[in-house]
Amino acid sequence: MSPDLVKFIFGRLTWDAIPLHEPILLVTFGMVALGGLTVLALLTRYKLWGYLWREWLTSVDHKKIGVMYIILAIVMLLRGFADALMMRAQQAMAFGEAAGYLPPHHYDQIFTAHGVIMIFFVAMPLVTGLMNLVVPMQIGARDVAFPFLNNFSFWMTVGGAVLVMASLFVGEFARTGWLAYPPLSNIAYSPGVGVDYYIWALQVAGVGTTLSGINLVVTIIKMRAPGMSLMKMPVFTWTSLCTNVLIVATFPILTATLALLTADRYLLTNFFTNDFGGNPMMYVNLIWIWGHPEVYILILPAFGVFSEVVSTFCGKRLFGYSSMVYATVVITILSYIVWLHHFFTMGSGASVNSFFGITTMIISIPTGAKIFNWLFTMYRGRIRFEVPMMWTVGFMVTFVIGGMTGVLLAVPPADFVLHNSLFLIAHFHNVIIGGVVFGMFAGIVYWFPKAFGFKLDPFWGKVSFWCWLVGFWVAFTPLYVLGLMGVTRRVSQFEDQSLQIWFVIAACGAVIILCGIVAFLVQIVVSIMNREALRDETGDPWNGRTLEWSTSSPPPAYNFAFTPVVNELDAWWDMKQRGYQRPTSGFIPIHMPANTGAGVVLAGISTLLGFALIWHIWWLSAVAFIALVASAIAHTFNFKRDYYIPAEEVVRVEDARTEALRSLT
Amino acid sequence: MSAASHDAHHAHEEHEDHGEAHGSLKDYVIGFVLAVILTAIPFWLVMGNVLPNAQMTAVAVMGLAVIQVLVHMIYFLHMNSRSEGGWTLLALMFTLILVIITLSGSLWVMHNLNTHMMPTTAHDMQQMP
Amino acid sequence: MASQAHALTEADKNRFYLTKEHHPENGTLLGFWIYLMSDCLIFAVLFACYAVLGRNYAAGPSGADLFDLQLVAINTGLLLLSSITYGFAMISAQAKKVKPVLIWLGITGLLGLGFLSLELYEFHHLIQEGAGPQRSAFLSSFFVLVGTHGLHVTFGIIWLVTLMVQVAQRGLGAEMKRRLMCLSMFWHFLDVIWIGVFSFVYLLGVLK
Repeated sequence: MSPDLVKFIFGRLTWDAIPLHEPILLVTFGMVALGGLTVLALLTRYKLWGYLWREWLTSVDHKKIGVMYIILAIVMLLRGFADALMMRAQQAMAFGEAAGYLPPHHYDQIFTAHGVIMIFFVAMPLVTGLMNLVVPMQIGARDVAFPFLNNFSFWMTVGGAVLVMASLFVGEFARTGWLAYPPLSNIAYSPGVGVDYYIWALQVAGVGTTLSGINLVVTIIKMRAPGMSLMKMPVFTWTSLCTNVLIVATFPILTATLALLTADRYLLTNFFTNDFGGNPMMYVNLIWIWGHPEVYILILPAFGVFSEVVSTFCGKRLFGYSSMVYATVVITILSYIVWLHHFFTMGSGASVNSFFGITTMIISIPTGAKIFNWLFTMYRGRIRFEVPMMWTVGFMVTFVIGGMTGVLLAVPPADFVLHNSLFLIAHFHNVIIGGVVFGMFAGIVYWFPKAFGFKLDPFWGKVSFWCWLVGFWVAFTPLYVLGLMGVTRRVSQFEDQSLQIWFVIAACGAVIILCGIVAFLVQIVVSIMNREALRDETGDPWNGRTLEWSTSSPPPAYNFAFTPVVNELDAWWDMKQRGYQRPTSGFIPIHMPANTGAGVVLAGISTLLGFALIWHIWWLSAVAFIALVASAIAHTFNFKRDYYIPAEEVVRVEDARTEALRSLT
Repeated sequence: MSAASHDAHHAHEEHEDHGEAHGSLKDYVIGFVLAVILTAIPFWLVMGNVLPNAQMTAVAVMGLAVIQVLVHMIYFLHMNSRSEGGWTLLALMFTLILVIITLSGSLWVMHNLNTHMMPTTAHDMQQMP
Repeated sequence: MASQAHALTEADKNRFYLTKEHHPENGTLLGFWIYLMSDCLIFAVLFACYAVLGRNYAAGPSGADLFDLQLVAINTGLLLLSSITYGFAMISAQAKKVKPVLIWLGITGLLGLGFLSLELYEFHHLIQEGAGPQRSAFLSSFFVLVGTHGLHVTFGIIWLVTLMVQVAQRGLGAEMKRRLMCLSMFWHFLDVIWIGVFSFVYLLGVLK
């Protein structure tokens, strides 16, 4: 074949793109391939393909989609954490003459991938997954407002994750840091495919995130059970509403900003270039208009989880419910006017810097109010120190310190000293691990019995918690110290030998966190093996307060045989107080959305389109794009999107539960 | 899906048709006429150099644009405080606030940056390749 | 409405659950409106870029050198006309008259195509003159802002044709009316964006 033809068919893709000369990547690839083949073989051996396709991959059931999001997040957590370990190891050994084991171009890809994966493909799917799983049940609904879109959103997120993972073995990932600032990320300085992988992975996943945001906003507005006014919504639902409003209001800005960077790279426009009137700082400005609300997108649902956990495990109503709601709403709005604190050192004048410094300090006030609400809920409560509650207390201690270092950074002159130092790294890991990660673990342990019908093993849960808490502090306290000494981020090799001890301590901390992650996985395996001993037939293992605990665990496809009527905040608690009796007769057919494979198909084509664009395979891009539009149109001709669960089926399911409950007493 | 349940479902689909905002012929015609006027004036102002200076023209053009956007919202998009229980209006207000923050914030931040970081005047910058 | 849906009658207050089938209100129109709001923010970014970078000519041509206001006026007229013809289609849809709906939708689509052709002609002309999107940050932000609006119109037309086929096949049930309503919002929304484009980009662009 002529070189021209090869170039036409494969674009930029050549054998050189496969990293055969990188032993680390080869071993990783070997392990991933082996693991993948084993899973595929097992699925085939036990003839699970049909089951998987019908019951999970094409499912529009919000509970299953929620679980799939969380599984995706845990898989990606392993990848992102492997990156973290590699960085810690490199920095612990690369001093003086020693260059460490990672060449700079590889190290740069690792810190970029770590940030991108942890934010977009771990934290986001955890948050979205938990909201998907819990919110419809908390508001007494049978599914979300747009069940098909929900499935589609999930697969778009998977598509983005697949592109990031593909960059490991085909080509390279961006070497620009997780926000890909130009001019470095522009075509002149990053001519390879790395930044293109970054862009298209985020664009594909971003479509999914935006649509899922719209979906959950409409679900919460339209599908609440009768009687559930806004001020009777559970706090987790409130924080989910605010988070999804933020998603809808900010992800388009990320999409547009990345699209402009794409135009610079593909069409050679001059938005963020250094010449022809372009201005790279405009990119920094725009990306942080998205970036700062994103932080609150992640933390608000965690705040919701802590609110549910605290009031459940203290056996009390949440202290200051309405102040909690107002604090959430205020944070939602304020999060939009603090973005410049990410680039105080960019060169704006005193007026701009002090405005954004002050707004940043103001936003810490409602956050502080929330901490006091949780503390006052615990005050004189009958606290049960189960694993979710331990995560919550660990969060309060850790997050408060992270928040205070944040207020420190909000002072512009202090920021001039600490900007881009390891102090900043320690600060945001302090709030993201201490806030989001602890919150999501609390949420997973809290709602696991609801999703699967048995509790998680508490011993391994406690091991996981203590490893995370101790590991976090061992890993990041040294970074605070180093940051104050002036060490900057993203450095792969150091001259000053006296700093080494701090990096070694930090690496030890990372290993302790690794033990926490392993303990979490062990916890899941042990719990599955002991599931009969840990089984919960009541559906209400923690003596809960909100509606999701009123149905069985795991809930039937339709969640509630009859739509509950809400009179009080903490509706399920109120029902229990007033002597609620579970209905055992009079069941009627239930209207439900039907499963569809369209989401898998559309997201698959989108991912292919992204891949073709990354490698400049133009014919494939055109084919994939046309196929995408055509299949989207074809999907709109499918008018049979729902079905009725017959009354007999409902009777069968509910009778089985009646039996199970009777055997308990 | 059984025939009976299908009918039930169908009836359900039909009855939820109300509550949406619909425009009457009168609405559309009023909106159209206003929009034509509000489009013609700014074009006339700019093409005919009617006002004494460019700044006044710019303010007039933007003012008329805002009015025309309102006209479209009311007569073509049928915005009112009642549709969807007020949620559409709330969403619109929220979005408008964010649009204003994004636009004015970016302008302020970037202008402030340019004046502090660029020793040359804006006019010099225009002449650079 | 929402407030009624969540208010309880006296009888309900003593109950724990509804014994009848409960159907929440359909959320499609609200969902689509929220999507439009998010789209609006995409345009906000593009407008912000134009506002910040729109005077960086890099010693190249400015708006006053390039823009042909007569062309823009015709284009504005086409889009405005297509708005009211879509309105007529919606009025016919309320009266459940399939044929007039199809005719008005067809006219709307043709007006949209006319708009797109003129815009493509303008782009082609500018690029011929050496004023392509690579020339300066001003032209980059101009092409991407106006082009994104044009892309939206293109998708609107594809969608419109799809709906015409579906209306012809299935008539004007609740589901189809809802879909027409969504496209109606989309189409009018694009007109609103265009007000911003012709005022802020073209008219202010030619002012000295």
